[in-house]
Amino acid sequence: MSEEKPGAKAVLRALQDKIAQDAWDAKNRGEKVGWCASNFPQEITTAMGIRVVYPENMGAAVGAKGGGQRMCEHAEGLGYSSDLCSYARISLAYADLKSCAEQEIPFPDFLLCCSNICNCMIKWYENLALELDIPLILIDIPHLEEDTCDADRVKYIRAQFDDCIRQLEAITGKTMDYDRLREVMAISQRSSRAWLRAVGTMANVPSPFSGFDIFNNMAVACVGRGTVEAAEAFELLADEYEALAKEGKSSFRGEEKYRILFEGIACWANLRATYKALQSRGINLTATVYGPAFSFLYRNLDELMAAYALVPNCNSFERELELRVTDALKNRVDGAVFHMNRSCKKWSGTLYEMERQFREKTGVPTVVFDGDQSDPRCFSEAQYETRIEALTEIMETAKKEASRDA
Amino acid sequence: MGMDVGSTTSKCLILKNGKEIVASALVPAGTGTTGPRRAMEEALERASLGREDLGAVVATGYGRGSFPGADWVVSELSCHALGAHALDGEARTVIDIGGQDAKALRLGPEGKLERFLMNDKCAAGTGRFLEVMARVLEKDVADLAEMDAQASGIVPISSTCTVFAESEVISQLAKGVDLRDLVKGIHRSVAVRTASLARRLGVEAPIAMTGGVARNAGAVRALERELGAPIRVSPLAQLAGALGAAVYGWRKIRS
Repeated sequence: MSEEKPGAKAVLRALQDKIAQDAWDAKNRGEKVGWCASNFPQEITTAMGIRVVYPENMGAAVGAKGGGQRMCEHAEGLGYSSDLCSYARISLAYADLKSCAEQEIPFPDFLLCCSNICNCMIKWYENLALELDIPLILIDIPHLEEDTCDADRVKYIRAQFDDCIRQLEAITGKTMDYDRLREVMAISQRSSRAWLRAVGTMANVPSPFSGFDIFNNMAVACVGRGTVEAAEAFELLADEYEALAKEGKSSFRGEEKYRILFEGIACWANLRATYKALQSRGINLTATVYGPAFSFLYRNLDELMAAYALVPNCNSFERELELRVTDALKNRVDGAVFHMNRSCKKWSGTLYEMERQFREKTGVPTVVFDGDQSDPRCFSEAQYETRIEALTEIMETAKKEASRDA
Repeated sequence: MGMDVGSTTSKCLILKNGKEIVASALVPAGTGTTGPRRAMEEALERASLGREDLGAVVATGYGRGSFPGADWVVSELSCHALGAHALDGEARTVIDIGGQDAKALRLGPEGKLERFLMNDKCAAGTGRFLEVMARVLEKDVADLAEMDAQASGIVPISSTCTVFAESEVISQLAKGVDLRDLVKGIHRSVAVRTASLARRLGVEAPIAMTGGVARNAGAVRALERELGAPIRVSPLAQLAGALGAAVYGWRKIRS
């Protein structure tokens, strides 16, 4: 009798654990290990066989497992402002405490930072470098107001990319193999395309999966997309979703009555409450730019540089708005929920205007709620419930009117 | 029966045939207290009815989830929309300021809720704000409208935080300013915050106001000045949520 093969979700979970364990094993072997920003070009470290771990992912996991408030309060006790990103506060607290019950990552020998996601990250990593007395390598990718990344900008990023390789070679003693780099780039494309194929199935009605699963599955897209295992896992995920879509089935619990765009980072510290309020009302997340953002498409090194400049949070408001509007219309949403995430000033600073213009362009009802990615103190379940309930009532009325007019 | 269980008050209203208000009750105790039960008992007693005589019970408000025996539970957004429409069929924008919430609603035909905005992050400018200020002035909230009407000038309050605004009011008291001018400044503070919320929604006349703060004519006048438009206030403004809940129940039974 043949054993049933595990599903993609289990494969991705196991891969995430393996990647984390590999970093610990490397550290225990005496290899240099780094802390890395989520939108840093992982092609460099993957190609060089250098293990890195991601403090942002740790922040999400710690928030999801209930340690967010404790760690944030510790950082605030050290003198850090409660206005700072909660990922940063958790990371800085960990750097001081050297332990964290919810999740631990090996301490770094170097830091890799990239400013394409925000500038808070630069100061966060500078602080870590000072506290831990370790080198910080920064690839500066400035805000891009145009729709394309011009040759000068590519040159600027490429020069830092190459300089980063030189610095890492000196720090780790490992050498960049450019054939291996090309191989990793090809694998990363395979992973990215498969991940996009998987999340793209949300356009089906009903969506073949619960949209909140993106928040779980995206971890590997961040930490492992340069590996064959990740590519295979995402291909399996895409195949599973496509098979479900073909039969009109879904792993979403209950009937998918309404479809929404969820704008913003997940409320990791309040994931269950934010999910249940939606799922219990038959609302499925079928559009989000957050998960798919961890896919970078390019054909050569120059395009790789451009791909890392064309990430959410780094581009013009108009381009960002267009992404959401296109996604929402393609995926046929009935409404939209906007997360005013206190931690992420870059994202939230334009959120009200994003909501306004999104609503005008799509015509769907919207709601904004206060929350935070990993600090539970910024979220009120009662306030969230009231808003979701009212949004549901509006969507329900709209559907009844649409079926009456049909 | 519509039951609006708020944070600071419980309102109950019994409606006949979707139009006739048979009885109502308001108890100054909200969620988690005996307020909801007492409001219901009072309304039933005034109507000479038992609970078994009711066709439907609809609960709304902050405490709607914990009110026992509701046939339906509906958000206060939808209920205030329905209630405001029942009180004033022409209203297109409804501003509701309660104990801790401030809402701006856009109404469509038949009182349909089209869009809404609520206060985020803090409750400055709501009923609680006025209670705190009244306490500092050693007055009752019910006295504020008359004091405002007698003001000859205005002492502005610039702090947006209730606690810091309280400190500011205390400082002004210490300077010996006219209490009536100070009250006018307090009302303006509420109005500026509320007008900002309303303008984000987009104000379309006619404008109606519901909720407890609508009973404060001084606050209403201040909001009219900020918006540059008249605001309609029904004597039943504070019962709009309960009325809307009852209307919802009646419509559900009919359908």
